[in-house]
Amino acid sequence: MTDDLLRVEQLRVEFGRRRRRGVTGIDFTVAPGQRLGLIGESGSGKSVTGLAVMGLLPETARVSGSIRWRGTELLDLDDKEMSLLRGDQIAMVFQEPMTALDPTMKVGRQVAEALRLHHSRGGSARGTVVDMLDQVGLPEPRRIADSYPHQLSGGQRQRALMAMALVNSPDLLICDEPTTALDVTVQARVLETLDEVLDAVGAACLFISHDLAVVSQVCGDIMVMRDGELVERNSTDRLLRHPQHPYTRRLLRAAQLDLVEPGRQILLEDE
Amino acid sequence: MSDQVPDAVPELAAEHVSLHLGPARGGVQALDDVSLTVRSGRRVGVVGESGSGKSTLLRVLAGLQRPDRGEVAFRGRSILGRRPRELADLRANVALVLQDPRSSLDPRMNVGRTITEPLRSPLLRRTAGAPEQVRARLTEVMAEVGLDPEMFRRFPHEFSGGQRQRIAIARALVTRPAVLLADEPVSALDVSVRAQVLNLLTELVGARRLTMVFVSHDLAVVRHLCDEVAVMAHGRIVEAGPLAEVYADPQHRVTRDLLAAVPRIRV
Repeated sequence: MTDDLLRVEQLRVEFGRRRRRGVTGIDFTVAPGQRLGLIGESGSGKSVTGLAVMGLLPETARVSGSIRWRGTELLDLDDKEMSLLRGDQIAMVFQEPMTALDPTMKVGRQVAEALRLHHSRGGSARGTVVDMLDQVGLPEPRRIADSYPHQLSGGQRQRALMAMALVNSPDLLICDEPTTALDVTVQARVLETLDEVLDAVGAACLFISHDLAVVSQVCGDIMVMRDGELVERNSTDRLLRHPQHPYTRRLLRAAQLDLVEPGRQILLEDE
Repeated sequence: MSDQVPDAVPELAAEHVSLHLGPARGGVQALDDVSLTVRSGRRVGVVGESGSGKSTLLRVLAGLQRPDRGEVAFRGRSILGRRPRELADLRANVALVLQDPRSSLDPRMNVGRTITEPLRSPLLRRTAGAPEQVRARLTEVMAEVGLDPEMFRRFPHEFSGGQRQRIAIARALVTRPAVLLADEPVSALDVSVRAQVLNLLTELVGARRLTMVFVSHDLAVVRHLCDEVAVMAHGRIVEAGPLAEVYADPQHRVTRDLLAAVPRIRV
């Protein structure tokens, strides 16, 4: 099917001279508007997959296979061509908002810069930026636009990053553990907003997380990754009801703390 | 409800504790008239959002932060205004585990030295019951937390996040304390690794009948480990009681919000 936004085939990523494997030949597709979750433990290769799509892997990485964006092979693009896509058609939200935001620049200017990079219209930028900050649920968007990152809370910073990523109405938003550094109440609110904003913008989403419960709140489909391989992919509903791979079943048990009797051991062995 | 003798002296108690942090004007009231009693063998969860005062309360109970007002006592004796060496008993018996093992472990110190550091403290060496055979105790405590004792010469960066938290737990337990104070010890971990560390804590607390105060923003984690809970907001305890009761029938809005926010698999 050529209707896919993103088509990844036999993607393989190795690092360094010793060819340490990050990803070992994976295939997946993302359709327009689709929300696809990618879950696994740290070191499973899920972040590497996201960075490969963004063209942001370090120079030590060897990438082979194919990553097609609307039929165009991304692995053939040079930096300049890739940077035209990045932040415009494909955008990304990272885990740690404090390191992803420039501490010396007001939040509004950072969002405006993302806009200006791809759309060189002058006057209306401020209005667009404030609207976007409002859309991601930031209170008093004008005041926030004139604030520095350190003046915002963790949840507000993550919302500002979302605004930056979504201001160009991308077709695909890649979220890498966007709420892992937040506490559960803030996480719940940020996920709600993400859900609404993705709908409003009509963007597809690749949502990377270690937490099956979090992914299942946002995504319609889920892929499970382990040691650089995709071990299972299914609709969220089916994956949760009928997990096929023993590893998926284990992740499910680890995420369902509320089903374990208090004080009992959580079953973590493969059955 | 309680199987404790009600008037037995509690392990730790904070009474009407208040603490203002930052400048006199514009700072924050981190703790506002907080009272918490931790009886021997009890596992008390302290939950709340960031900034609610839960970590500050833990620091006060650990004797690391002096409150402006109120009283803090360990086994019935005030710990406020006492000289460091008068607190040897507290230090030997009340251990602390923090959220991020990457910042709480010294990267230049090998794991063996890190874990046994409390045993070499001149303060603790003199306390009754302190383990004397340092090397033997190291092997024992590493095995207890599920680390290979052979790895004692390695450095923190050679371990995974979950293993580093095991190192931090081993260091906390090396003096055989009666009370474990834990500040979000599983919040920085993957869900799968979190489950492993929760299993370890469940096992250790059960086997050694540890008294525990466990601070977390995640009510599901607290439900799993604790039998009592105190819910904090804006420096105050807004709801407290036996965990099962509070979990089943939360009275305060903050408690209900915290419960609703727990990420759940809805099938």
